[in-house]
Amino acid sequence: MLRTWIQRITLTDILVWAIGLVILVGVIWGSIVTLETGKYSAENWTDLTITGLALGGVYALIALGYTLVYGILRMINFAHSEVFMSGPFTATFMADALIVLGWWNKYPLLSLVIVLLVAAAVSSVIAILLERIAYRPLRAAPRLVPLITAIGASFFLQYVFRGLYGSGLKGYPEMEIFKGFWVLSGIRIFKTQAAAIVGAVVMMLILYGIVQWTKIGKAMRSVSEDKEVAALMGINVDRVITITFAIGGAAAGVAGILYLLLFPVAHFFMGFFPGLKAFTAAVLGGIGNVPGAFLGAMVLGLLESIGPNLFLDGLGIPAPNQLKDAIAFAILVLILIFRPTGLLGERLAQAKA
Amino acid sequence: MSKRTFSVLSLLVIASLALAACQPAAPAFTPPTDTIGVVTIGPNDPIHIAYALVISGADETLGVDSRNGIEVAIAKKGQVLGHNVQLTGEDDGCSAEGGQAAGTKLAADPTIVAVIATSCSSAARVAVPLLSQAGFVTVSPSNTAPDLTLAGNPNSHPGYLRTAHSDLVQGAAAAKFAYESLKVTKAATIHDGSLYAEKLQEVFAEEFKKLGGTITSQEAVDPNATDFKSVLTSIVTTGPEIIYYPIFVKAGSLITRQAKEVPGLEEVHLMGADGMFSPDVVEGAGDAVEGLNVSSPDLSAFAAAYTTEFLPKYKELFGTEPISIFHAHAYDAAMMIFAAIEKVAVKGPDGSLYIPRQALRDAMYATTDFAGLTGSLTCSPTGDCADPVIAVYEYHAGEYPPERIWP
Repeated sequence: MLRTWIQRITLTDILVWAIGLVILVGVIWGSIVTLETGKYSAENWTDLTITGLALGGVYALIALGYTLVYGILRMINFAHSEVFMSGPFTATFMADALIVLGWWNKYPLLSLVIVLLVAAAVSSVIAILLERIAYRPLRAAPRLVPLITAIGASFFLQYVFRGLYGSGLKGYPEMEIFKGFWVLSGIRIFKTQAAAIVGAVVMMLILYGIVQWTKIGKAMRSVSEDKEVAALMGINVDRVITITFAIGGAAAGVAGILYLLLFPVAHFFMGFFPGLKAFTAAVLGGIGNVPGAFLGAMVLGLLESIGPNLFLDGLGIPAPNQLKDAIAFAILVLILIFRPTGLLGERLAQAKA
Repeated sequence: MSKRTFSVLSLLVIASLALAACQPAAPAFTPPTDTIGVVTIGPNDPIHIAYALVISGADETLGVDSRNGIEVAIAKKGQVLGHNVQLTGEDDGCSAEGGQAAGTKLAADPTIVAVIATSCSSAARVAVPLLSQAGFVTVSPSNTAPDLTLAGNPNSHPGYLRTAHSDLVQGAAAAKFAYESLKVTKAATIHDGSLYAEKLQEVFAEEFKKLGGTITSQEAVDPNATDFKSVLTSIVTTGPEIIYYPIFVKAGSLITRQAKEVPGLEEVHLMGADGMFSPDVVEGAGDAVEGLNVSSPDLSAFAAAYTTEFLPKYKELFGTEPISIFHAHAYDAAMMIFAAIEKVAVKGPDGSLYIPRQALRDAMYATTDFAGLTGSLTCSPTGDCADPVIAVYEYHAGEYPPERIWP
């Protein structure tokens, strides 16, 4: 038993494990030293944790689009970051209109609902068009082909929005009701952050509910398991795929509004980095897995927010915040070394093989 | 053939021969020669000037504004030695990669006489060696990294000049403002890894320490990040009274906003540099922009022609007030190039123009007391032509341009 195991180990395995171990030791060592110096107060840590959770919530909703589409089509929709950008970017103009009408601070909830609907609708429509134009004609093509069209579509969308709205920054107006913060048992939480976290969790539950307990959710799961058999059972596969894209798009649109609450600046390139992070989060949690996307996103958000100060400060590395992404991705590597299918593992990994 | 016709014809032949003899033999025209080549411009061809500025992306106002400045200069100048001026250009992307692409593309075009490039110092570091190698004169309206014009520095190249100030001046002015006007003694700095920001905060920190202040921390961020809470939390633990972040619009606006949300930073002074002198900062930072200071070339020290001639023309051509800060510098760069071409170009008999490249460079470096919009420009042997007067401006929510408050 042990012998066959030793025989199976290759040099690469040992190297990979060694790298993993080095990262792990560095992380633990750095954290201990940082905490011992007491440079940061408990308040600092809770602040950063909440920031991380809010960021994670946004990532989670974007990650959902990646994960749903992957679950069904086994393809990475790299244009999803532009789906995320399109809705909220459009919604900033809606917000301006509502301000002119005087509704923005007078009927804040109604305004918020309108803005959310506009963002979700635009993102959704763009996701549906994307599927119809860029992916459906290529569904039978080798898997790399839609990947390339995805990247092409992504550039196309970016520059369409640049053409429409210009390449400058577009501010998203703050609402009076989201200004300031609450103090809950000594923990300071900004209203925008609370909204982002609550919004993300609620959206996530709704979507999880749709996938698990509705008829269309059942159809989605069966298409994900086997397209041909699902078609034989009388499921309209094309329709299910369209709906999947629509749901992913709507989630991205809502994510965009939550993102604008946190970082109220829109521009045509704003989707790229959050998109990349959300994709990472989806992989981290186990791509194709809805709760996994949520967990992965929260972990990534926390790592980004707390990581630089916690891990690197203690190691005496100057200006650790520049390395924020490096830390997040190093941890990603670490997790994937020890759990190649992600935190929660890919659903139906066996069935697909 | 009758006798009469014959005689008429002979007379004509003799006359024409005589006429031909009368005309003195034309001295053969020899075009000028030059160690690094001569640009020949056909009688009806335009003089080709190129630019490499940041004209797309979040920092585009910087480059587009400079390009507008060049176009105002061309419109104002009309023709140079009877030739039109043709302007083409590339995007420097405000990055090393963008500089590489733009520099390579421009260097391959031998019709280019001079280049106005680049917007960002990071792009300059890569593009300038390529443009220098190609024999061009390169003038930058907004590169401010000190080493680009430091004698003997590997990043200083022949043929490169700038009408923008070196950050040795801007960083020192910012430090002086903070220490003497704001009366703060503890400062923290943030840069985004770009050449511009890194050098500027370095100069600021040195000067601030020289004046008697202390630097509590020097942090760095990723220019594409959106969440800066962790860096600001790290800074707040060191207890600064001012945070100096001479970075660009996108990250700069978000830091301005988030600084107001980190406990302990609400009252800390915030200060940026000329990279954040843009209406996009007002848009991006929202109400948090109130009280943000930025250092920048002093617009009120500009020549009178700036308000009487330049601004109306700019508005006429582009329908807006200047959208950033380096339009006048670009205008001066273009005008200096035109003046140098007029000095060294040789006109051929058929109206074509010969511009010797080394002579053009020499003429540029020899520029003295050139009456530009940004001041009286005299170029140093390494290419620093600016007449820098730095002022500090303060933003108010919803207002652009910011208010000049110092000196």
